[in-house]
Amino acid sequence: MQLLDPTSERQPASRERLPRPQSLTNKRVALLDISKPRGDVFLDRLASQLDSIGIETRRYQKPTFTRVAPVDLKHQIVSECDLVIEALAD
Amino acid sequence: MLQNTARLQSLIPVDFTGFIAVVKRDCATCRLIEPVLREMSERLNLLLYSQDAPAFPESIVNVRDDTELELSYRHEIEIVPTLIRCHAGAETDRLVGWQRDEWRSLTEMPALGGGLPVFSPGCGSKSVDPGMPDKLAFKFGDTPLQAQRIDLAAQQDEHELAFERGWSDGLPVVPPTEERVLKMLGGTTRSPTEIIGIIPPDNVPCTIEKVAINAVMAGCKPEYLPVVLAAVEAVCRDEFCMHGVLATTYFAGPIIIVNGPIRERIGMNWGNNVLGQGNRANSTIGRALQLVIRNVGGGRPGGVDRAALGQPGKLGFCIPEREHDSYWESLSVERGFSPGDSTVTLFAGGGVHPIADQKSRVPESLMLSLARSISTVHHPKIYGAADALLIISPEHMRVFREAGWGKARFRDELSKHLTIDGSDVLAGREGIAEGMPARFAEKRLNKFRSDGLLIVHAGGSAGMWSAIISGWAASGPNGSIPVTVPIKS
Repeated sequence: MQLLDPTSERQPASRERLPRPQSLTNKRVALLDISKPRGDVFLDRLASQLDSIGIETRRYQKPTFTRVAPVDLKHQIVSECDLVIEALAD
Repeated sequence: MLQNTARLQSLIPVDFTGFIAVVKRDCATCRLIEPVLREMSERLNLLLYSQDAPAFPESIVNVRDDTELELSYRHEIEIVPTLIRCHAGAETDRLVGWQRDEWRSLTEMPALGGGLPVFSPGCGSKSVDPGMPDKLAFKFGDTPLQAQRIDLAAQQDEHELAFERGWSDGLPVVPPTEERVLKMLGGTTRSPTEIIGIIPPDNVPCTIEKVAINAVMAGCKPEYLPVVLAAVEAVCRDEFCMHGVLATTYFAGPIIIVNGPIRERIGMNWGNNVLGQGNRANSTIGRALQLVIRNVGGGRPGGVDRAALGQPGKLGFCIPEREHDSYWESLSVERGFSPGDSTVTLFAGGGVHPIADQKSRVPESLMLSLARSISTVHHPKIYGAADALLIISPEHMRVFREAGWGKARFRDELSKHLTIDGSDVLAGREGIAEGMPARFAEKRLNKFRSDGLLIVHAGGSAGMWSAIISGWAASGPNGSIPVTVPIKS
């Protein structure tokens, strides 16, 4: 018997993770709010803690948590920051 | 018309000039014209093919065996006897059945069939017996299908393979053989290679062929395929936000509501147990959509599908509206289509919540009763978030019909009773932390955003029950909006 493949027949692309930074010194951290309730509470706390140890942060926000982040937003974060912390909330 | 010239050259001589006749013993006309065929074989260059008995007609030598039906298939023989004249390998003329004058004219044999009737109709070719065209298309390799083939070893169980490869939603699937998929594709006039949409969550271009493969696995009949295709198109629309519907921890999955003449044509059930099991079309169309999302889109529970609880309708949830005796315009008419249009409406919904009211006999009472139940959808203290799908049963609709309440009036009255002061449902009130944020304290709130309540008539004739289905908690432009698309043939 021979069957037809019902899948997309795609091999998932695998990418190496970037090396984790050894320290946050001289790094700029993106704080990404995905627009879920109380995500801002979490990020506000992180921002103040990072600020207290002299780490620069920038805030970003997805238009809605229901869709993946727009390409432009991802590009902006990559070009402006070294790391990103995302608040998934819930 | 020759379907495959290169292949035919191995069946008949290259640059063949002469006649091809196709017959079968099981045809009275073929037996009748045996003397004609014999005379032609003696005087003309005749290739005589028999579909069912290689020796038939016995009085003629060198009858060719077409019991495999390859020549019949490739020459698209529909009736036997068929007489074809060829010149330099190409067909120039064709006759079907026995028509004495035409056979005489084509063969330039003026006395042919002298003792036979003037006319005798032929019989159906074995190559067009029920189911045979699909079998032959598969057998002789004229397939437009591009999917990767997976060969099974002799002892391998095809049902277990489907489970092992992760193709199944947990129930057995019909093994997608090429023959079955070709038959499924007969349900549409669209090309198997057409890209119907980009399927989330992996955002993979999906061909009609891939939808057909998954429709076979779901148990669909070919005539359901246009409905499945329309449903796939609808979930691919950005406003439906299928990626989010899949990724949410909430209960939502795509629910398909079918309107228009196709419901009856494919035998859907809009009556007793409409939301339950037992009807093939209802059960398999929704399942086919879910299998497309699973297998083509890569959306699987525990992967991108993060539902905390899910709901049984995520196996597949497809219902038709009960239109023939409805007092209200149908869902698709409300959404801008005409009653003659067949459509699917996709709604991102959770499970079925029953509404009982066996005592109301006037519309005011029943409307208030429904409003009270509907106000609890998603959460009694959350307003304007989740859309909802209300399914009104025939006995409940009777109350509105007898009082002359049209759908617009019902909607209007219901909306009034689903509007409250925001201060009544603020977070923390009544000792319940859940509720609306403080900024809504001074506002009047409606349970649903405008266009957020879909209303459909369905169910069996007896029983004063209706049903409400919660939409996704993130309904609306920032999440999922119901989508209606026409069903194409």
